[in-house]
Amino acid sequence: MTDYNFAYLDEQTKRMIRRALLKGVAIPGYQVPFASREMPMPYGWGTGGVQVSAACLTPDDRFKVIDQGADDTTNAVSIRKFFEKTAGVAVTEKTSEATVIQTRHRIPETVLSEEQILVYQVPIPEPLRFLEPKETETRKMHALEEYGLMHVKLYEDIARHGEIATAYAYPVKVEERYVMDPSPIPKFDNPKLESAALQLFGAGREQRIYAVPPYTRVVSLDFDDHPFDPSKADHPCALCGAEDSYLDEVIVDDTGRRMFVCSDTDFCAGRREDAA
Amino acid sequence: MTPLLDVRSLTKTYGSRTGCADVSFTLYPGEVMGIVGESGSGKSTLLNCLAGHLEPDRGAVLFDTRADGPRDTLRMSEPERRMLGRTDWAFVHQNPRDGLRMRISAGGNVGERLMAVGARHYGEIREAAEDWLDRVEISTNRIDDRPAAFSGGMQQRLQIARNLVTGPRLVFMDEPTGGLDVSVQARLLDLLRGLVRRMGLSAIVVTHDLAVVRLLADRLMVMKDGYVVETGLTDQVLDDPQHGYTQLLVSSVLQV
Ligand SMILES: Nc1ncnc2c1ncn2[C@@H]1O[C@H](COP(=O)(O)OP(=O)(O)O)[C@@H](O)[C@H]1O
Ligand SMILES: [Mg+2]
Repeated sequence: MTDYNFAYLDEQTKRMIRRALLKGVAIPGYQVPFASREMPMPYGWGTGGVQVSAACLTPDDRFKVIDQGADDTTNAVSIRKFFEKTAGVAVTEKTSEATVIQTRHRIPETVLSEEQILVYQVPIPEPLRFLEPKETETRKMHALEEYGLMHVKLYEDIARHGEIATAYAYPVKVEERYVMDPSPIPKFDNPKLESAALQLFGAGREQRIYAVPPYTRVVSLDFDDHPFDPSKADHPCALCGAEDSYLDEVIVDDTGRRMFVCSDTDFCAGRREDAA
Repeated sequence: MTPLLDVRSLTKTYGSRTGCADVSFTLYPGEVMGIVGESGSGKSTLLNCLAGHLEPDRGAVLFDTRADGPRDTLRMSEPERRMLGRTDWAFVHQNPRDGLRMRISAGGNVGERLMAVGARHYGEIREAAEDWLDRVEISTNRIDDRPAAFSGGMQQRLQIARNLVTGPRLVFMDEPTGGLDVSVQARLLDLLRGLVRRMGLSAIVVTHDLAVVRLLADRLMVMKDGYVVETGLTDQVLDDPQHGYTQLLVSSVLQV
């Protein structure tokens, strides 16, 4: 069929990644170093997620890729094609039909099941990075559970904006132990991090893998007097009428008219089909 | 009474060079110990060994812990020592940039130690920060400003507030008035003296400035080439120095 090994990576590399994944699953939220490989795409295109997907895929899998909730962006299309070509796996845009879903910046609206794996593309895995640039120090902070600094960041938010203004990559504590960056998903998605599905995170450039196993407790950090608020758009989706999904603002004509529609295109299409 | 700190034969070398050698002393609760000596005499090395920032070659540093009484901090696990470092101990650096987070607001700087020990109520953290800014004579309307916008004296006062907010039992200070103008130094010293008296702080203050120890320290250790050459009550040592080196130090100050 092709000259590639199944799913592009050689078996040795996949084994190495699987070992890192198993370690990640055993220590939820802990960043496991791994020897990230060169992939035939630039960093920022999800090379970490692609390597994790490559290590997870089997010939029977059905693969879905979303970028900001959509299946049809350049990034999503090229990664989907990549695995169609190198693994010959079936692909789908339907969340409920996929067995492995690679994502950038969103968690699907459709509730995931135990049969599914969600693979995140992660640009910067270290939640403490912007507060403490030294890697030796951040590692120590994780090891000793010294997470006061994370709250300093939230304190600064409230001092400056009157509320916790962090809207993406909102830090969470996993199973009461490790503080984790859930990748740049909107904080709206944070409650969905407690899921029946296996969630795997891959950072290619930073060479880190971490995981949230099914049914793991994931708590968004906050203050007693400023509790975490996932926030919700104050409009329904202009296309499907959903009032509980994450909306994108889109410009619909050249006079600058705007509307708010579901960012999860499969979810939105499914609702419209059901209504029809 | 159990000493708060009991230091025994502390020695630190850098290769063939002596950092500090065979230093022993005790510090009792509420006491301020001054360490003086010319540049290179080993003051900073000693202070950093005491505070756990440097690993000495030999010796013991017994600290009277709240939970278990005197324990050798050099034999503690790193997590235990770091916990002490952000609860019962405080360290005021000569350069406020080493002791502050320059990209975090003044309030965040003061609140950090509170959050590090579990404070999770924004309003209360902010109140404590305001209270401490006030105590170190920084206007509370600067609470959201970054320290980069502060003068050197204000930065040093902010560093002190950030350190004292958790009510530490032992404060280490390395040349706290170091890089400041003379008039700013005087104000800071005055403030420090007030805080030390009111809070009954125990402290170890390293300085090459005898005026600083005259104002702050109950007792004095004079260091030369890494060794303690004279020790005693501050007034006694300064007014009636016994060791030739101390006599030189004192007289050179009198000439200024
Ligand atoms: N990191 C280091 N490496 C090598 N020598 C050092 C180091 N730090 C200090 N020293 C030496 O140790 C001695 C004591 O220095 P220090 O403790 O800084 O003295 P002080 O604080 O009294 O000026 C000096 O001779 C100094 O050159
Ligand atoms: Mg020094």
